Amino acid sequence: MNAKDDQVTVGEPETIRAVPVRHPGRWVAAAVVAVLVAMLVNNLLTNEAYNWSEQWKYLFAEPVLNGVRNTIWLTLAAMVGGVLLGIGLALMRLSANPLLRWAAWLYLWIFRGTPLYTQLLIWGNIGALFPALGIGIPFGPQFASWETNALYSAAAAAAIGLILNEAAYMAEIVRAGILSVDPGQQEAAHALGMGRMLTMRRIVLPQAMRVIVPPTGNETISMLKNTSLVTAVPYLELTFTAQTIYSSTYQIIPMLIMACIWYLALSSVLMIGQYYLERYYAKGSVQGDAGRGLRARLVGGSGGAA
Amino acid sequence: MVKAERVCKRFGSVEVLKGIDLEVQSGEVMCVVGPSGSGKSTFLRCVNHLEKVNAGRLWVDGQLVGYRQKGDKLYELREKEVAAQRRDIGMVFQRFNLFPHMTALENVMEAPVRVKGENAKEVRIRAGELLDRVGLGAKSGSYPAQLSGGQQQRVAIARALAMKPKLMLFDEPTSALDPELVGEVLDVMRDLARDGMTMIVVTHEMGFAREVGDSLVFMDDGVVVEKGVPLDVLTSPQHQRTKAFLSKVL
Repeated sequence: MNAKDDQVTVGEPETIRAVPVRHPGRWVAAAVVAVLVAMLVNNLLTNEAYNWSEQWKYLFAEPVLNGVRNTIWLTLAAMVGGVLLGIGLALMRLSANPLLRWAAWLYLWIFRGTPLYTQLLIWGNIGALFPALGIGIPFGPQFASWETNALYSAAAAAAIGLILNEAAYMAEIVRAGILSVDPGQQEAAHALGMGRMLTMRRIVLPQAMRVIVPPTGNETISMLKNTSLVTAVPYLELTFTAQTIYSSTYQIIPMLIMACIWYLALSSVLMIGQYYLERYYAKGSVQGDAGRGLRARLVGGSGGAA
Repeated sequence: MVKAERVCKRFGSVEVLKGIDLEVQSGEVMCVVGPSGSGKSTFLRCVNHLEKVNAGRLWVDGQLVGYRQKGDKLYELREKEVAAQRRDIGMVFQRFNLFPHMTALENVMEAPVRVKGENAKEVRIRAGELLDRVGLGAKSGSYPAQLSGGQQQRVAIARALAMKPKLMLFDEPTSALDPELVGEVLDVMRDLARDGMTMIVVTHEMGFAREVGDSLVFMDDGVVVEKGVPLDVLTSPQHQRTKAFLSKVL
């Protein structure tokens, strides 16, 4: 061993200062994106057809606010109703009773196999199918009966149409969530003397929520936008309100973009809510997406609390 | 405490238990050993009706498991009645099966509060004592994912004990553990045996069986091949199959 070898082994190893790999492709991509963004901004500022002042005039006008309120309550009603009915359908699908399983499958087949817009058209015209609704014994005498159109409003038609459709999708999400829970959990609960319902409520569903919540958040955001389809009923939500305004002012694009601004604002609020909900149900799990920061979740990419 | 008469269990066309006759006295610790697939875990699961017996009879504490007998007719028990039978039987699983969304303390408290409807404040105190007893008093606020395998299994034992069971079933409680963590779980089980708990332990720990077990059962291919005092069975097995098995594991 000579003196030179000794020098190398003594003390801290030298920190590596290598020349990093160059990424010319990134610069090209960035330049392309920058040009496109510049074109978009230029268009937004100089194209008269946006008519920003017209948009501003209507953004907080009473008819528009009314449309926004209707969109919000329809979204909430559709999701709450859809989740509850969906849990019921999921439990039917997992039931030991073959008739219940089959009935739930039939429901899913019909409501997932036909377009929501068409379903809403049907709910808007249901009076033609059932002119009267009554209470009585099936196939037997009726005790009371009412004219359908007197009981039934456009709001009810819109809500029912969205709830029944959403339930079909939520049923599959809930079923996947329940199936994702380790069967050992149910065994452990049963071994402790817990009944089936108690096990479902205390042990299985809380764990299934971790799988159920993220797609349900996405469903809620989809629902916010799907409410625009209730123009089929028709019901005065945000998009239909915009349409009624531009049908008299002929400012089509400004009104539609104004509606989009509202949809974006509302869906942004939902995304933030989803983040906190997911974090709550990640309780007890060590890793998980919820460990990332809010900003990373919303903006994407690999940043955040890594 | 437990009596099995010609217990048979089939999964489809596969006969897993082919007529098991066994008896466990109150306060007895019975260890069950045998190769995998011999039916020892299935037998254990039959004792608390996690599996339905196809033939034969099984009693726990004088009660027929899963059925009610009137004359010579058997009636299946309702779900609630089965649940009531299981309350008095604690079970510890190979994979712990702690509830991951609850802390250690909440895991222990869950069944007494929700199933027996006991006062949460009193149960909290008792659950704390049970965690102390298994050496985890300081971990009561931890979630299962924050605990080692050995710690999780000790919480699982405390959880089963919280229901004040008359009988404890252990289904390979140390098989999923790293070797250095096996000892802490066996220590807890040894203490439990010393306190007079009736236990059926399916295990591969021959040392534990010899030291703690009152009896040792060797099962193979769905039948009880040999039963006796652990030391005798381990040192001078009577059957060829027992000898062959022991020569592989000892």
